[in-house]
Amino acid sequence: MTHGIAPAGLEAAGLRTQTRLVQGVDRSRRVRERLIEAVLFLCAFSAVATTVAIVVILVYESLGFFETVSVVDFLTDTQWTPLFEDAHYGILPLVSGTVVTAAVALSVAVPLGLVTAIYLSEFAPHRVRETVKPFLELLEGVPTVVYGYFALLLVTPLLQRVFPDLPGFNMLSPGIVIGIMIIPYVSSVSEDAMRAVPMALREAAYAMGATRFQTAVTVVLPAATSGVVAAFILGVSRAIGETMVVAVAAGQQPNFTWNPMESAATITAYIVQVALGDLPHGSIGYQSIFAAGLVLVLMTLLFNVLGHLLRRRFRERY
Amino acid sequence: MAEDFQKAERGRVRVTVGISGTGGGFRKFCRNETDVQNASRPITKGEMAECAKAGVQYIELPVAFDALTVVVNPSNNWLDNGISVAELRRIWEPGAQGKITTWKQVNPSWPDMPLRLYGPGADSGTFEYFTEATVGKARSSRGDYTASEDDNVLVQGVSRDKGGLGYFGFAYYAENRGRLKAVPIIWKDGGKAVPPSIETVENGTYQPLSRPIFIYINAKSLERPEVSQFVEYYMKNAPRLVKEVKYVPLPERAYAHNLQVLARRVLGTRFGGENRVGLTIDELIKLEAKL
Repeated sequence: MTHGIAPAGLEAAGLRTQTRLVQGVDRSRRVRERLIEAVLFLCAFSAVATTVAIVVILVYESLGFFETVSVVDFLTDTQWTPLFEDAHYGILPLVSGTVVTAAVALSVAVPLGLVTAIYLSEFAPHRVRETVKPFLELLEGVPTVVYGYFALLLVTPLLQRVFPDLPGFNMLSPGIVIGIMIIPYVSSVSEDAMRAVPMALREAAYAMGATRFQTAVTVVLPAATSGVVAAFILGVSRAIGETMVVAVAAGQQPNFTWNPMESAATITAYIVQVALGDLPHGSIGYQSIFAAGLVLVLMTLLFNVLGHLLRRRFRERY
Repeated sequence: MAEDFQKAERGRVRVTVGISGTGGGFRKFCRNETDVQNASRPITKGEMAECAKAGVQYIELPVAFDALTVVVNPSNNWLDNGISVAELRRIWEPGAQGKITTWKQVNPSWPDMPLRLYGPGADSGTFEYFTEATVGKARSSRGDYTASEDDNVLVQGVSRDKGGLGYFGFAYYAENRGRLKAVPIIWKDGGKAVPPSIETVENGTYQPLSRPIFIYINAKSLERPEVSQFVEYYMKNAPRLVKEVKYVPLPERAYAHNLQVLARRVLGTRFGGENRVGLTIDELIKLEAKL
């Protein structure tokens, strides 16, 4: 009996140590897993926290601004002169400047970017695509200040030959240059979307006797709409947020106009112009930066939501 | 100036030069953040109070004269006989904001062309001096013009804009003579139109846009040898260096007087917190000599 018990006891003891061992491994592994999870969470959370912090600070500082300036004036007054004697706080001139430059930029970037994407995805031989793509991506890498001087010193004088009455600072020239600048954003995202369209769809089109061009425009492009729309929205946000090009070439004068041949200031250009001078903390000029920044964030947010909705609306499933 | 001093000291002393308008500069100066402050107008009452609050005492030295210059596009031919101070007021006063937008509205004999304005931002001493001299009250200006603390931006704007008009220190006009036209100024109606130049500033006829340029030195910083060396170097080489940057130097005796002021550590301002429009070099020297 004792014989029988001993091995059984030994066995049980062995089992116990084994379980303990497994538990030990288990615990350290669990701790490690938790740790990794926590780090990953912190990484993901830092982006959220930064966004929330930015919005909170913008709103908080803007509240001080709206204690002095009524929201109605802010949204309806057509003059923006916060630093001068006859102070007006109408955001409209800055919004119109932002919208006009972004619109000019899009009218350049959307057609050019889309055509580039169609060509690269559907027509270009492998060699050409591999040569063109790095150059397009290089466009993204050029610092925006360089684009600003490119607009001011090259594009504006060229435009003045065509339109002699064009003032030295105007929205047309920086708009065109921002358009060129965001072509790679539009083209590379649209191209990815088009290349993701299944080959079977193209083959079906060819089988029906469609030419390559017909296939590209009537089959591939509609199938890739959701990605193409995403590319446009990305371009819009980029154009609205662009600072240096307009600060350098558009004239920094708040001007309520929808005419791209006029000089104007955008929201971003105002912020950078005023933040450069050293405004006393808490003054109305200082607070006006935050109010302007808040409008800018809301505008970009609006476009992002719009993009999200459009993407859902046009999504094709295969 | 700082560059030259560093060369003379063979790199033993490093001078950091920050850039902002006179207003922004004084805010830093009165917070004890800077040792020496360039100013294109005398210290104001508000700034005197700020400095006093922070316990900053200072020495004021006039170092040069400048001709604030009104410039237009080279193709402008209707201002060749000058512009009057009254016309400048009609262009720049706050009431003109959004209303006076063509040249014809200022003077019926001028063309019906869009009037596009360029000037320094509200933080600048030039802005304060110009508004006081033309509109009559410092900082009183319309706000709908291209405002930049960077004079190069203003040069770019006016040189490319047929209907452009701008103002800044003489130096930027002198460097860009080919691209801009300086407008002679008529002080009193019916008076003579006087163009900005070194001679007209020296003989006191370029009015009311001649203005003195100052440096302010933190009295405590002056105890540091490198600061006092810098300021002495400044005064001894001022006539040459001031000319180099296209300001009008004061007579030699003014700089000698400055050195005495330094040696005796005479604190405070001679302007009582108020700007004096139309001051000539002779009047300035008389004012300084009272010490």
